[in-house]
This record gives sequence, structure tokens and C-alpha cells, in this order.
Amino acid sequence: MQISGAQMVIEALIAEGVDTVFGYPGGAIMNVYDEIYKQDDFKHILTRHEQAAVHAAEGYSKASGRVGVAMITSGPGFTNAVTGLADAYMDSTPLVVISGQVPMSLIGTDAFQEIDAVGISRSCTKHNYLVTDAKDLPRVLKEAFHIAATGRPGPVHVDIPKDVTAQMAEFDYSIELELETYKPHVKGNPRQIKKAMEAIAKSKRPVFYLGGGIINANAAYEVRDLVHKTGIPAVETFMARGTLSHDDDLLISMLGMHGSYAANMAMSETDLVIGLGARFDDRVTGKISEFAKNAGIIHVDIDPASISKLIKADYPIVGDVKNVVNEMLELCDQVKSEKYKPWRETVRNFDELHPLAYHEDTDRLKPQWVIERVGELLGDKANISTDVGQHQMWTAQFYPFSRPRQFMSSGGLGTMGFGFPAAIGVKAASPEKTSINFTGDGSILMNCQELMTAVEQKLPVINIILNNNFLGMVRQWQTLFYDKRHSETDLSVQPDFVKLSEAFGGIGYRVKTKDEFDAALKDAIEKDVVAFIEVIVERMENVMPMVPSGGSLFNMMLLEKKEK
Amino acid sequence: MEASERRVISVIVVNEASVLSRITDLFSGRGYNITSLTVAPIPDSKYSRLTIVTSGSVRVIEQITKQLHKLIPILRVYEHADLVEKEMALVKFPVSENITDINTLCEAYNGKIVNVGENVIIAMVADEPKRVENFLKIITRYNPKEIVRSGAVALER
Repeated sequence: MQISGAQMVIEALIAEGVDTVFGYPGGAIMNVYDEIYKQDDFKHILTRHEQAAVHAAEGYSKASGRVGVAMITSGPGFTNAVTGLADAYMDSTPLVVISGQVPMSLIGTDAFQEIDAVGISRSCTKHNYLVTDAKDLPRVLKEAFHIAATGRPGPVHVDIPKDVTAQMAEFDYSIELELETYKPHVKGNPRQIKKAMEAIAKSKRPVFYLGGGIINANAAYEVRDLVHKTGIPAVETFMARGTLSHDDDLLISMLGMHGSYAANMAMSETDLVIGLGARFDDRVTGKISEFAKNAGIIHVDIDPASISKLIKADYPIVGDVKNVVNEMLELCDQVKSEKYKPWRETVRNFDELHPLAYHEDTDRLKPQWVIERVGELLGDKANISTDVGQHQMWTAQFYPFSRPRQFMSSGGLGTMGFGFPAAIGVKAASPEKTSINFTGDGSILMNCQELMTAVEQKLPVINIILNNNFLGMVRQWQTLFYDKRHSETDLSVQPDFVKLSEAFGGIGYRVKTKDEFDAALKDAIEKDVVAFIEVIVERMENVMPMVPSGGSLFNMMLLEKKEK
Repeated sequence: MEASERRVISVIVVNEASVLSRITDLFSGRGYNITSLTVAPIPDSKYSRLTIVTSGSVRVIEQITKQLHKLIPILRVYEHADLVEKEMALVKFPVSENITDINTLCEAYNGKIVNVGENVIIAMVADEPKRVENFLKIITRYNPKEIVRSGAVALER
């Protein structure tokens, strides 16, 4: 039977088991929206900006582990979505983003709302398609979902001209895909794995370096097994938070620019780095020539291009980290946990010397306290999103994460405005958990229109705005490296955040004390409606430790010690 | 700085819309060089073959091949030293130059005079890129008016 291109999109989404689509309609995608109107198989969440639609799809995907879907129109609809595509690309988040395009006959004529969408998305997607014939749609959409979710995951963009969504053609989604040129390598080379395990058994001061690939591969529980069986201490990247539980004795903490002293020192003193699904990015390594200088490197990654890109791997293993870790578990009897006792002791001493901490020495609340407090009150019961900046780093440092997919943030691209729409997607994916978005007074304004989405869809995200009246992270750099010239970072002129939330039908609180904060959080959870909790925090607080940009990991600026 | 060397990379791709942009975008986006690039369909197949001449350190060349592999429509990437390479050049000379000399030179470089007009002659050579380079150096004394090079094509032995 022949159906229209627009109907094919709906049928394909249903066949893929999609239950939620985030989007924003417009001229070129109207045929598809007409079919969305007629169906009842999946839910469409109307965001109030296309960028937010893609971030919401990312949040949905990160929380659920499934492919997120966003739908947008041509021209400005598409260009608004580009930040989301780039964000998903950098953090390897599987998405299928479907955009409308002007009709085929108008492509290339500078038509109304025309832009070369695939030309723009080429460099910020895993793959993209311009569909020129409806008969190709079943194959293209099936490929799009397959490519997004397999190998190193990522966003796939499908651009469909308006006349193609109207065109009739045969729809058969049971076709076998023939992707002759796309065959991700998922099984690690057994000989390399064997060699790596022998290297681990021989090492004296090994460290697990856990990355976001573990979360993507749903391998956290296998990794926990491996860490516990070997007794080797582990550091997590920002993207890997929640792989090990916060109370795990073998978890050192996060490493990198704002990593803990112990994590960065362990990485500098180790004789063997066991990298699992991590990509040695510049925020992690600091000065590359000084990074783990005396260590061998085991690097497990599904993306061959990540291996030996920045750091030469001595034991490169291309494969899905879950498969490889399972193989490693088979061979880990030769690794004797007691051998690493002195090393674990050394790491513990590092941590005691300079633990992650802050001083409560000002009248105003400290932002770190707020994050710790939410952790105490909600812990595992909350999913945590963040925007980008100081609050993001403090969340990664101080929230007690206990499971994978509990923490969603924009790591690679560092997109301010990510947190709120992502938290909406997270809430849609897992309504049973409280969805908290830690944000700043800078970031929240970058997608605050999503209050409307959250109100309409009854997705009660709680935004905790750590308000220091500054673009805090940039201010911190200016204070430390630009001789306190706070160029354009003073955000003293602000909206009334309480009224802002209320104007959309949400609730708002402004709190200055611990008691007020506890009361506001409790009330927001009970009210079950989208909330802004604006917390007035210390203005000049810095994120510490800090490895200055380009510096060596072991040369950290540290929190000043104070006599008790 | 690690030493930069010339490398020839031969790539087989699915012959579909925008595949060439994917490759050139990759080079420009990641800051790699393209010295020359040729592309043509492989007869009786759905594939095309590209020959890319580039330069970079060993690590950069390794990254280029890996990043090329990552592109979805790429079937194979050959990057090894043992390739047979050829390049063609066309040169336009004023007809007043010594045509016998030019012809003899062309023959030494696997070429000939391919067109004679009222005012200009056009010569063609096809040889290894280094020899083509050499030829172009030598013929400067015959006042070439225009030169066009094809870029290298290559096949693994």
C-alpha cells in the first residue's frame, strides 16, 4: 500500500518504539505535523524554542538510554537546533533529528526559510541525509536510528523537503539494512585484552580512568564488578559521574581541571592508566606532555579515532566497553587486590591532605552547601541536570551520585541553556524521579522560555538557581588570570526570578538561609509544578581545585586551608 | 614539531550526493592539508575512488585515516607507501617557442604535443608527480603561458 512521506515518518517512529517526540512546527514540516495530529501512538512535546527541543531530546536519551527524537522546520527552525546537534555530537548522545526543508523545486533558489541544512549539520552530526524521494524514506529513517544508536552513538539529522512528505510511495519497514560501509567494531581483540590484563597484573600503581562511554554502553555495573574484583582505585571523568557510587571506597573522585587533588595526583603518580570509554580531552589531561608521564596506557574505546589521538596508547583495544570489560572479568584472577594495598593507602593520603571541601565563612550561603544539601535530602531519588559554569562543576564535585544516568550535563560543548530543557526531557523519560536542574543566574536565562513547556506538559522540573549575580566561571578566570578586570560578567541587573516563574504559571522562591532553602525545596516537591528556587549565594566563591588552562594536572590551585 | 611528510591516501566511497563535501569538510574542520584531490567513479560499481595527497606528521596521518574511516559512506582507506602514482599536466606555450625542443622534453616525460593552434601549442605529460614537477621547472625557459595539473591518482601495488 502506498502512503505519503509524512505518514512514513509517523510509521517509522512507531516501528522504532518511540514514545516521545520533542519539536516545534513550521511551514516546511507541516505535512508531518498534520499526521502527528491524527495519531495517538506517541506523545509530542511542544517546546518553545527549537534548541530546547533538541536539548530535551538529549535529556530524554541520556536518562533513558534510548534514541531521542526531535522535529523542527526548515530555515530558522533548523539553525536554532544546530546548537543541540553539536551538543549531542560532542557528548555522543544518540538522537534522530528530523527537519523540514523547502520543496525540491525551490532548493537552491534562496526560497523563504531555505537554508542548506545538511551542509550546516555535516560537521556536527554523526551522519545526515537529504531525502529526495519518498521511496527512500523507510531505508533512510531505519538507517538513521541504527547509526544513531550503534558504534559511538551520536546525532543523525534527516532533512525532508516538503514535497517529499506529500509524495506517495510504498512503505516497508521490515527491510534489511545493507550498510556495507558502516560496521562498528564491538568485540575487542582477545589477544590485546589478554596483554592488557597481564600489564594490569604486573603494575604497582594502576588507576581506572572511567569515561562517559561506560554510561553510553550501559556498562557501569560490569565496571563496578571489575573495579571491586581488582581492588584498583578509579577516577571518573565529568561524563562518567555515577558509574561508581559516591560511597564506593575505590572511587577517588572526578579528575581534570576541577578534579579533586587525590584524583589528579593519582593520575600523575600512576604507572598504568586503564582508560575505559574516555577520550583524554584537554579538560581532563591538562598539559598533555606531563599527563600520566610515567604510566603505560590501556585505552578501550569503540571509536578507533579516539585511540592515540592525544595520548599514545600502549594497549589499544577497539570495542564496546561492555564486551571488553566482560572479557577482562574472565581474566582478572591474575590480578591480586592485596598487592595494591600500599597504593590505595597513598591515594587515601592524597585525599586526606586536600579533600574536596569548602569553607562556610561568609554570611551568604555557599553554593556547594546547596548541592550537598539536595544530595542529603534527595540522593538517589533525584535525576540531576545542570547548565554550564561554576554550578556545573560544583554539582559534579559535591552531588552524591549513586547510579549511571543520574547526571545529565553538557560536557563537551559546554552549552549554557542546556540544563532546563534537558531536565524536561529527563522528567518525561523518568517521571518517578524528581528532576532537579542546578543552574546559574547566567545560564537559566538562555532557555527560560521552557517554563511554558514544563507548565503545559506538567513536567515539574525544579530549577535551583545558584545566584551570585555573576557569569561566575568567566568571572573566576578574570579574577585569577585577568587581574580582576570583570569585563561584562557582572549580572547585577536581573529579572525577578520568582515573578518570572509565576508569570508562566510555575512557582518561585527566593531563599537566603539554610532553613528557607529546605522549606522551599520541600514545598516545591509537594506542589508538583515547575519551580525556580533562587538561592542567593556568595558572589566571589571560586571552584577549587583548579588546574590553570594548559598547566600540568599535578599543579593545582587549591582551597586555602583555614584553622578551625 | 614532529616531521611532516607527504602522503598519498586512496579512498573508496559510495558514489552518493555530498560525499565529497563530507571528506573536504573533515579536512578543513580538523585543520588537515590537501595538496591535491582527484575523484572519479569506479566503472561498473556504486563506488568512487579518491586520491588525496596530503602532508602531516605520522600521528596526523593516522588521525586522518581514522577520521576518514569514521565517515559513514567510506568503504576503504588505503594509506601505505607502496602506491603507483601518476599525474598529468597540460602546458600552453607560444607557438613561437622551439617546438622540437618542447616535444623532445615531453617525450622524456611520457607526453607529447596534443594541440597546435594559430598562436599556442598545448603539451601534455603524464608521469610521477615528482617528475611532473621537474618537467614544469625545466620548461619555464620556454615561457609557458598556462599550466594545469590534474593532481595525483594512485593504485596500491
